[in-house]
Amino acid sequence: MTTRIGTIFAQEFRLARRNLWVGLATGILGLFAVVLGIFGAGQGAALDADALTLTAASLATLSVYLIPLIALLMSYDSFAGEIERGALALTLASPVRRWEVFAGKFAAQSLAVGVAIVLAFGAAGAFLALSFGTGSDGIAAWLRLMATAFVLGSVFVGFGLMLSAMAGRTATAAASAVGLWLVLVVIYDLALLGSVMAASDGIFASQVFPWLVVANPADAFRLYNLALIETAPVAGIDGLASTLPFPPTAALAVLGLWLSAVLALGIRRTKRIVP
Amino acid sequence: MTQPILDIRDVSLSFGSFKALDGVTLAVSPGERLALLGHNGAGKSTLFKAVLGFLAQGEGTITVAGHRPGSDVARIAMSYLPEVVSFPQSLTGREVLAYFSGLRGASRSEIDGLLDRVGLADAADRRVRTYSKGMRQRLGLAQALIGAPRLLLLDEPTSGLDPVSRHDFYTVIAEAAARGCAVLLSSHGLEEVQGQTDRVAILSRGRLRASGTLAELAAAAALRTTIRVTAKKGHADRLQADLGGRRMNGCRLEIECAPDAKLGLLLQLGHHREALHEIDVFAPSLNDIYRYFSDTKGDQP
Ligand SMILES: Nc1ncnc2c1ncn2[C@@H]1O[C@H](COP(=O)(O)OP(=O)(O)OP(=O)(O)O)[C@@H](O)[C@H]1O
Ligand SMILES: [Mg+2]
Repeated sequence: MTTRIGTIFAQEFRLARRNLWVGLATGILGLFAVVLGIFGAGQGAALDADALTLTAASLATLSVYLIPLIALLMSYDSFAGEIERGALALTLASPVRRWEVFAGKFAAQSLAVGVAIVLAFGAAGAFLALSFGTGSDGIAAWLRLMATAFVLGSVFVGFGLMLSAMAGRTATAAASAVGLWLVLVVIYDLALLGSVMAASDGIFASQVFPWLVVANPADAFRLYNLALIETAPVAGIDGLASTLPFPPTAALAVLGLWLSAVLALGIRRTKRIVP
Repeated sequence: MTQPILDIRDVSLSFGSFKALDGVTLAVSPGERLALLGHNGAGKSTLFKAVLGFLAQGEGTITVAGHRPGSDVARIAMSYLPEVVSFPQSLTGREVLAYFSGLRGASRSEIDGLLDRVGLADAADRRVRTYSKGMRQRLGLAQALIGAPRLLLLDEPTSGLDPVSRHDFYTVIAEAAARGCAVLLSSHGLEEVQGQTDRVAILSRGRLRASGTLAELAAAAALRTTIRVTAKKGHADRLQADLGGRRMNGCRLEIECAPDAKLGLLLQLGHHREALHEIDVFAPSLNDIYRYFSDTKGDQP
């Protein structure tokens, strides 16, 4: 079992590297981190806050868009493309179990996203810390950001693989990945904001709304990071971060739940594939 | 007699209301090579996929090494070469084989030998992207041979190969069969598999029309031999009067006869030596035999 998962893992990771996914993702994430950092350092001087802490806050907000996108792009074609080209039939004709194929692909692509995050954010963080100085709070915020970004990436890799197994065709898988990204990352927040403004009775805003926000994995990631950064200048839906009715770690639990859910669903869909 | 490694009994399979396989019965024993012939859409690939356990089986039973398709034992016992082979473009041939060897739990030390056997030793460390169609096909065969499988399922393994590569391909397959591996391969024509397989099965519109050795098929078809006689000027009428047959033109006569009547007819022609210009004998071709069984006329049971 471990040899087979390891074999799939090694091949998928090699493909992610050779297809320049890792390099490209590292470049994009690193670039944004540095730009936000330099921008934040200017603000930080005025606010008398730590540059790394401030950047962690703004980067958390931006990562909500970028990391799911990168994770979905890396994974959406993984099953669908192989089904279309007939390559999956060869893999599934071997004694490998279907869940092993899913697990191997998931581990490799999550790691690819993770490597990009560690390289990009790590280098950017080191650069910012050395250029503008920082304290232990800043470093803690930065490490939290990197760790949770990795989990967020894994959740969306799981989503992408599940959609890919479900769609079975590249075009369908691409469309559903884009749709998922739009719904979870863009439309969900807008809809919630709209409803909280419409329902002005206070019960919804104070009791239901926070749970609805944290139920979305992307928002859970952002809330967790922002809630633990006191100086974070927050606006809109993120204002919630300072008035959460539950401890911030609940957001981590949500990410964990989503991760188990997409893995379980993805494996179920993989078992139904007809190559 | 040895237990067949692949046993297909009365298998039917439908896509919606379309019956892709209809009561197919077939068995392949260790060391035996069986060619499955059929027109486009006859159901060859569908049968392979059913044996692999990819398709929910309708009626009938399939066993591979005594086990259900898709079970661990079945998948360990067999390996597969699909009709369209596709490997990740950015991997090298060696990496592709290492991948399948990892999945089959085989030793990596056999990879070099396999690459050599299919003639890819020189291209082993090049990306698959740079391979020609034939090279990819060879890589596909090498992949199927990993871990010494007991049953090889090869779906149109030689389509698109040049005659030399094709011959090499069958040599490798024969080596595997000599080691006791059962081979089921599909193809479009009898000529191609003549002499390369022990038995032939003909599938048409999802039904098995015939199966046996080539000689058995030829005998069962009992196709008539045609003898074409070209007479010297002015002798054609007399020849026809004596031997029967159809006049094609002023001096040409075509006589059809059962295969075993051919010799007698030729001896009879010997009596007319002075009238003969030329004799051509057309035994039924493999193509004719194939057409005979594959024809939809055979639809009536
Ligand atoms: N997934 C499917 N859904 C519906 N019909 C299918 C499906 N797969 C195959 N068929 C039909 O089943 C029949 C047999 O197809 P199959 O691929 O087995 O043919 P084949 O003998 O391999 O032909 P070829 O020589 O062209 O490869 C065809 O009529 C095809 O249209
Ligand atoms: Mg076919």
